[in-house]
Amino acid sequence: MKRRYVIPGDKIAEGNFRPLMNVIKAGNTLIATRIGIAETGRDGVKVIPLSGVYIPRVNDLVIGKIIDHSSLSWEVDINSCFSAHLPAQDVFGRDFSPARDDMSRHFAVGDMITARIMAFDRTRDPMLTVQDRDLGKIPRGEALKISATRVPRLIGKRGSMIQTIEQATQTRVLIGQNGIVVVTGRTPEGIKLAVRAIKMVEEEAHTANLTQRIKVLLNVPDTPPQQETSRAPVGGVPKSEEIESTADEVEEELEVDEK
Amino acid sequence: MTQTRNLIDTNGKRTDGRGIDELREVKITVGSVKNADGSAFIEFGKNKILAAVYGPREVHPKHMAQSDRCVLRCRYHMSPFSTDTRKNPAPSRREVEISKVMRESLEPALMLEDYPRAAIDVFVEVLQSDGGSRCAGITAAAVALADAGINMRDLVAACAAGKVDEKIVLDINDTEDKEGGADMPVAYMPRLEQVTLLQLDGRLSPDQFNECIDKAIRGCKMVYEIQKQALMQKYFGNETELKEEV
Repeated sequence: MKRRYVIPGDKIAEGNFRPLMNVIKAGNTLIATRIGIAETGRDGVKVIPLSGVYIPRVNDLVIGKIIDHSSLSWEVDINSCFSAHLPAQDVFGRDFSPARDDMSRHFAVGDMITARIMAFDRTRDPMLTVQDRDLGKIPRGEALKISATRVPRLIGKRGSMIQTIEQATQTRVLIGQNGIVVVTGRTPEGIKLAVRAIKMVEEEAHTANLTQRIKVLLNVPDTPPQQETSRAPVGGVPKSEEIESTADEVEEELEVDEK
Repeated sequence: MTQTRNLIDTNGKRTDGRGIDELREVKITVGSVKNADGSAFIEFGKNKILAAVYGPREVHPKHMAQSDRCVLRCRYHMSPFSTDTRKNPAPSRREVEISKVMRESLEPALMLEDYPRAAIDVFVEVLQSDGGSRCAGITAAAVALADAGINMRDLVAACAAGKVDEKIVLDINDTEDKEGGADMPVAYMPRLEQVTLLQLDGRLSPDQFNECIDKAIRGCKMVYEIQKQALMQKYFGNETELKEEV
């Protein structure tokens, strides 16, 4: 696998490669369309972007806020240029009737939810679903926004970064692939520290030895003892590992700084 | 456009001490506007210009949205304090025109079909002007668009060339623009080798025209290197090559 830094218009490779992500093919040359890290692999060429707003993709796990509802669906702000729709049928089942069922029983305007993007084809707004384990309303927590391109970095290799933060601050961190993060915990100090660490990861995502510096910020020794049992279990909050696992594929490749 | 004094002295130096093939000093800083999705600040000689990009975001008013592509909206504006006499902040005929040509020069580089039903807003604010501000504005806007992470086929670099004292010179400044023979701003996509903006104010013979456009394109290529460097610096620091992992 060959990797290099690119900006829009840079030639990445020449020859019979398949353009995968943020790459266009002009004749026989492959050209980057974003700033990022270009990867030439066996299956094709792609650029992992380092900047940009969130563009929805099917099967992404996102955290959104209910901003409105009609008689048939909720409108959800998912931190993108398209607002998403959560159909009431998804929650109430196929025999949903606007006359009989009270939609506000489930989600009210202002609620935060975790959801999966069920369908999105750019001709219509993204459609959400909450019909899966650990999806649905988020009862409490501190929400913050980071750039969606920093999400894989925040999770770290196999969740290493986020586990470090969670263990050191006794919190649970829920990460949506749209860049919205919800932190829950028992103590306000823990939450505050976790938020500081997350913001630091966002700002210094592209620098080397970031995990080291996060550990210094959180006062964690270099090889922390396993604290699995001391984690604060928060009732009703979906497990962050669930969301992490889907981000894994993206994140693995992005880990350039970890030596 | 009548010339009143010599703009090139006997040593071949211009009013600001440059040679005929010399660019003014160009400095680009990426990411100077935190609230924007992408931004750039350019100092092109005495020009100081800020470019900020927002989007792709929702289109308002909604009827402007296109179902198959993204709408690109540009606003070029000169601040009241950018010139020696106060400039009325209301958009002038000239600013409306520059906003339009700026949009048209950036559009070919952007892959707008990737973001249907959305809008990208480009704001270019001239804080201090010194001739050639539309070229500097386009250059900064292209960098800001790349910083915003919008899919682009290529960057757009812009530079002017013109005629002063019957000589074709690179990168016209304010005095040369006002008193010289011709001014030709060119925007260019260096990888695609395509011109996206070509304007001409003044008279040139066919030979002079060819020389002028060649010179302007050479200038664009120089500007492109500076753009590239500025972006690399912001995202990758001083590292240019990625170290291979063991």
